[in-house]
Amino acid sequence: MSAAAQGTSKATHGDVASKKKKGPGALATAYLVIYNVVMTAGWLVIAVGLVRAYLARGSYHGLYYSIEKPLKFFQTGALLEILHCAVGIVPSSVVLTGFQVLSRVFLTWAVTHSVREVQSEDSVLLFVTAWTVTEIIRYSFYTFSLLNHLPYLIKWARYTFFILLYPMGVTGELLTIYAALPYVQKTGLYSVTLPNKYNFSFDYYTFLILVMISYIPLFPQLYFHMLRQRKKVLGRTEDYSKVE
Amino acid sequence: MLIGWFDRVVLHTAARSLEVFPSVIAVDQKGLRTTNMKHYEVEILDAKTKEKLCFLDKVEPNATIGEIKSMFHRTHPQWYPARQSIRLDPKGKSLKDEDVLQHLPVGTTATFYFRDLGAQISWVTVFLTEYTGPLVIYLLFYFRVPFIYAPKYDFTTSKHWVVHLACMCHSFHYVKRLLETLFVHRFSHGTMPLRNIFKNCTYYWGFAAWMAYYINHPLYTPPIYGEQQIRLALILFLFCQIGNFSIHIALRNLRPPGSKTRKIPYPTKNPFTWIFLLVSCPNYTYELGSWLGFTLMTQCLPVAFFTLVGFIQMTVWAKGKHRSYLKEFRDYPPLRSPILPFVL
Repeated sequence: MSAAAQGTSKATHGDVASKKKKGPGALATAYLVIYNVVMTAGWLVIAVGLVRAYLARGSYHGLYYSIEKPLKFFQTGALLEILHCAVGIVPSSVVLTGFQVLSRVFLTWAVTHSVREVQSEDSVLLFVTAWTVTEIIRYSFYTFSLLNHLPYLIKWARYTFFILLYPMGVTGELLTIYAALPYVQKTGLYSVTLPNKYNFSFDYYTFLILVMISYIPLFPQLYFHMLRQRKKVLGRTEDYSKVE
Repeated sequence: MLIGWFDRVVLHTAARSLEVFPSVIAVDQKGLRTTNMKHYEVEILDAKTKEKLCFLDKVEPNATIGEIKSMFHRTHPQWYPARQSIRLDPKGKSLKDEDVLQHLPVGTTATFYFRDLGAQISWVTVFLTEYTGPLVIYLLFYFRVPFIYAPKYDFTTSKHWVVHLACMCHSFHYVKRLLETLFVHRFSHGTMPLRNIFKNCTYYWGFAAWMAYYINHPLYTPPIYGEQQIRLALILFLFCQIGNFSIHIALRNLRPPGSKTRKIPYPTKNPFTWIFLLVSCPNYTYELGSWLGFTLMTQCLPVAFFTLVGFIQMTVWAKGKHRSYLKEFRDYPPLRSPILPFVL
């Protein structure tokens, strides 16, 4: 799902981090700045790629193919963020970050990459666009925060754009999974049937349906969490506008 | 005239003498001296809002936290003692029910902070519920109750004898657990948060259903190495069941009935307890062994998953227990590991 909420937890923990006595050391901060700059650049590349491909083709159709490789590279690279939390240089929950990054990686590889037939669907463009805009803002937000020079515009964007982008991304993701269902059922992709010597079975088709159902309780929780964060962060106008 | 004139004289004199001679010995119901005892005043504040929730005056110095909790409960009936956490510091550790007021670092006006632990449920209730589920659920799959497998298999029995053996072992395991809960274990805490029962039951019942589905499936494949594998697995399983039970008995005998004392467990005459020489929590070691046996017996991947997840959780618990043993007892045997000899 959208990593907007993941970033939120980082921002709130950013509040906590400034109140704690120790945060990441100088070396860790330098590394994180480089990481976030690289990620911002990567998603900008994807954004530019989408725009150029659209202008060249003149249609929204099949733009996935023009940014397939950088999308896979940079979205998969986000797995490092789990490591950052585990090691402690980023004060976020490993479980929460892990969950959000893995769900993105799942959609990129286990759905879009694995089921070729959905790659030309417009729903793919829908979530790719949502992810691209979100990630550019999120990674630049972290970069500036780490450097203690966060322009209010970036903070505002990070806590406002999600209002539209989050539902947009979720819609794109759900439609894509839904589009993949018939092909998964037909080919038995990633599925294991009985009998076998491990006495185990797995039906990927059913699994995907359960994933879709899980959006129902999870999406509202994350969305309203972000709205509450927005009120908290943007609510204070005369507060320290630098790092929270 | 309920009391005669003579009694009134005596009473009056006694009362006057107490005023004049306050050192007359007085004794309370516990037979402890209460003369010249400074009564404490206790105020209880909410740990988060610091709001004054309760003020108790004339609290005896030898009152325990447990008694103070009862008094607090009287003024706030919705917070029964089991859900009260009383501490000296809003963010500090909970005080124990046995702690005595005058032995705490407080002045004669003691300030305590209260946190609501939420609705509580007894450990016994949770254990009985979470263990009865797997027992019943497994049997539903074993007897191939309708709507689980295809209708032509309803109420049929498996043609593999290992499936019958597995059912006996699984059922035996949970019956043992239920009996231990009722007759063997001596729990340190009376209660746990209510939400735990939902979490725990989901875990136990969910995994039981998942494992039982495959073991009792009409398309079940018995172990590759046949009788040899099953025999070895059964021996391992039974050995570890006896071992686990032996440890539970040994731990029970460390603690007199109704008490919450903590002592270092040592090997007893029972050879199954000699593992205490190497391990702090051999009950978990044996539990792991039992489930490894069951995995080997059924050769079923979901069982292997269940064993793995259980092992991870038990390792976390064992490490915590080991650490608290080390903290509490300076003479704790250094050779012991938390759960796996020399390894973990």
